[in-house]
Amino acid sequence: MPRLSVWIIRTALLELGIGITIGTLMLWNKGEFFEARIWLLLTVHIELLIVGWLMQLALGVAFWILPRFTHEPRYGSLRRGWLGYGLLNVGILLVILAPWIPHAAALHPIGRLLEVLAAITFATALWPRVKAFGV
Amino acid sequence: MPTITRYFIKTAMLYFAFGLLLGFLISARSLLNLPSFIANMNPTYLHLLVVGWITQLIIGVAYWMFPKFSKAEPRGDERVGWAIYALLNIGLLLRAVGEPFQIGWLLPISAILQFFAVWMFVIVIWPRVKER
Repeated sequence: MPRLSVWIIRTALLELGIGITIGTLMLWNKGEFFEARIWLLLTVHIELLIVGWLMQLALGVAFWILPRFTHEPRYGSLRRGWLGYGLLNVGILLVILAPWIPHAAALHPIGRLLEVLAAITFATALWPRVKAFGV
Repeated sequence: MPTITRYFIKTAMLYFAFGLLLGFLISARSLLNLPSFIANMNPTYLHLLVVGWITQLIIGVAYWMFPKFSKAEPRGDERVGWAIYALLNIGLLLRAVGEPFQIGWLLPISAILQFFAVWMFVIVIWPRVKER
């Protein structure tokens, strides 16, 4: 698989691991209460697993698996892919951190905006690879 | 496809169907005069779909499709895969019982089983995420 996919998928796996760890704490706490503040991590859990794991894994695999061009560069614009990878993960980080930083509520919509830009970047990079065989 | 992948994918499909059925029951609870415990099942519904269906499907396909670990053991020790399968599904089923019926002690067990299942998957698949 291309190096970009390796980075994207490994990042997704790490976010899966961190997200599930937070989920473990919350589910344990739900069954056998030990700390009320654990519930503050719910949005982090959701962001890491839905955006960081599921969406990001799909993008990493898409970059690898979608039909390659018959001409170079075979995977299309890797630069755009790396840009999308950076935008997505910086976006995730901002969304996760925003509630914890005083007077920085604006980081949340900024993070979401970066995620939107990541989606557009990935979509434009991958769109031409959704193609008929031999093109 | 390898046997373990077939188990992961077929089990994931069962979660897909039952997860969405549960969603219907939650939605139609008052209309159909269903028991009150169903009202507590929203988190269960979500996790049956996100963990039981989507993540389990991904695990099964990744086990099959990702670059081979080595020629000698292309997918690593298969027993680890079966352990992941068992831990994940027993953990989810414990949640499906413990959460709606508020059997508190089941939930930490469920949590730990799923924790180990997922981290074992991350560790096992990590070296297979590679350039050829």
